Amino acid sequence: MSAKTLYDKIWDAHVVRADGDVTLLYIDRHLVHEVTSPQAFEGLRIAHRAPHRPAAAFAVPDHNVPTTQRAAGIADPVSRLQVETLDDNCAQFGITEFRMDDPRQGVVHVMAPEQGIVQPGMTVVCGDSHTATHGALGSLAFGIGTSEVEHVLATQCLIQKKSRNMSITVDGTLGPGVGAKDVVLAIIGRIGTAGGTGYVIEFAGSAIMDLSMEGRMTVCNMAIEAGARAGMIAVDSKTIDYVEGRPFAPKGELWDQAAAYWRTLHSDPDAHFDETLHIAAESILPQVTWGTSPEMVTDITGRVPDPDAETDPVRQASMRTALAYMGLKPGTPMREIPVERVFIGSCTNGRIEDLRAAAVVAQGRRVARGVSAMVVPGSGLVKAQAEAEGLDRIFLEAGFEWRDPGCSMCLAMNADQLAPRERCAATSNRNFEGRQGKDGRTHLVSPAMAAAAAVTGHFTDVRELI
Amino acid sequence: MQPFTQLEAVVAPLDRANVDTDAIIPKQFLKSIRRTGFGVFLFDEWRYLDQGQPDMDVSGRPLNPEFVLNRPAYKNARILLTQDNFGCGSSREHAPWALLDFGFRVILGKGFADIFYNNCFKNGILPIALPGPVIDGLFQQVNRAPGMTLKVDLPTQTITTPQGEVIPFDVEPFRKDCLIKGLDDIGLTLEKLADIQAYEARRRKQAPWLFVEG
Repeated sequence: MSAKTLYDKIWDAHVVRADGDVTLLYIDRHLVHEVTSPQAFEGLRIAHRAPHRPAAAFAVPDHNVPTTQRAAGIADPVSRLQVETLDDNCAQFGITEFRMDDPRQGVVHVMAPEQGIVQPGMTVVCGDSHTATHGALGSLAFGIGTSEVEHVLATQCLIQKKSRNMSITVDGTLGPGVGAKDVVLAIIGRIGTAGGTGYVIEFAGSAIMDLSMEGRMTVCNMAIEAGARAGMIAVDSKTIDYVEGRPFAPKGELWDQAAAYWRTLHSDPDAHFDETLHIAAESILPQVTWGTSPEMVTDITGRVPDPDAETDPVRQASMRTALAYMGLKPGTPMREIPVERVFIGSCTNGRIEDLRAAAVVAQGRRVARGVSAMVVPGSGLVKAQAEAEGLDRIFLEAGFEWRDPGCSMCLAMNADQLAPRERCAATSNRNFEGRQGKDGRTHLVSPAMAAAAAVTGHFTDVRELI
Repeated sequence: MQPFTQLEAVVAPLDRANVDTDAIIPKQFLKSIRRTGFGVFLFDEWRYLDQGQPDMDVSGRPLNPEFVLNRPAYKNARILLTQDNFGCGSSREHAPWALLDFGFRVILGKGFADIFYNNCFKNGILPIALPGPVIDGLFQQVNRAPGMTLKVDLPTQTITTPQGEVIPFDVEPFRKDCLIKGLDDIGLTLEKLADIQAYEARRRKQAPWLFVEG
């Protein structure tokens, strides 16, 4: 038997049938949210089709939900209709939903691992590009469009072409104040936002395996920002310990059987990767983006780059456009850029460990004058855990707002938005033009770096504060 | 799905790399529960000078005269010429819905983001990836002759310029076939229901924990 990568193993276990390079792939878990599903359910109704296996789907509203005064409901009637449409569709088609008032509600990619809905070795899809998150559990997880949401609902399968294998190894030990977000931003800075196109990336190496499960989710979450179909990490005892005892995890004899299989979910030593990259963990410093694409990133000791020094004309034009949009001058030290808003949350960095890392920096300090900072837990259970640990008190005493869970200002589909030209340190995943509000200016950072910017009023090397 | 075989139409040049789906259709329009009506909001933040809102009347909105699609030469453009990594970011199928609703059936670029590329084929849009120098050459031609047309022929996998230059392109045979016939791929998959059920029966024995639900 030839050596296989982790991706090969999971792919092979899910092939229903293969015709040439067109494969019908079986999907174990289908996560559903309110934004990309209504037209799919409508499609089923129009074609008089029923879901093939409704019990394999789990839904939660997250993009449109308010993060304040939740009990009052959604003020915007268009947003409200979209969430009510999800409620109605799940009720009609028999799909488990964690509704807006459920304590387990949260960002779909925080809720699903937390509930044990996603497990190692599964194929997982969702009408959401950040589905890549779940690869942290040793699953094959990727985002799909609404037509494919309908396809999975109707058939529990997808028509797929296999991607190529890429391995990115980060060996060594991350320095203090450097975390999973810095690792993945540094990787994107190295390979670019199209660097992973056509690939599934397996993240490996001692620095990756030393990350907590939350940290691994942060890394895999942003695999899509490198253009990859999915990001994955091998299963180890940390993965299995994380899943054990969660509400939807297997129990008893089935648990033993599952865990034994999960321990085989790693790339074989001689497995072939089409592309490999090695990075030394020690070379990674706290990262800050300066432009309008996640690949436009440098570290906190760096400066805003000069487009004149770029030789590729397309890249040069992109840099000029980005700097004009961001209101930045070439050569400005990153640490001299002031911020007005701080957003801590999202499917990238809204988990308990992220809030702890931010709280360490916030503790005993005050949000700087002129800065408005908010913390949005990734789920109701993350919020409850943080409150049990007293993190809410730390944030509130430091002058941060403590909100209810949801996608919030990561994509600003609810009321949480930047005003034009407002500059924000954000722990989310995209700094695209208009992402957090028309003409808003987003800099992507880790939770610790976001908290450091909040308490100093400008980007600051968090290593000086811890 | 609307089939696609041939198209001869005006090509509009959008000379930017990494055009993301937030730029193609901003988030506020994703609140719609319909598949149509997105065309007037395509590239909303680049196309208009004010802030767009769902269901607004666009007839009185101030246009950005600098934006390529607002120039008279491109009013009837149905082919979009772009740079690399078009459609990156969010998985929103609203992006191809907006492009289609505007009238675009073909997108030419140096490369496409994976999910967006896939979504195009589900909606009767043909995304064509061409080598960098070919795209650069097309940009030069279009900039010299705004309003230029191209002829795209899917069965022969060729693009023909007004000068008669023929540019071949690649497309996966399965996707090509579905596009030419306008096939509903859910229908195709449901024809393989017996295979799906056989897989499920086999899998239920191998990995029974995957079928414990609730």
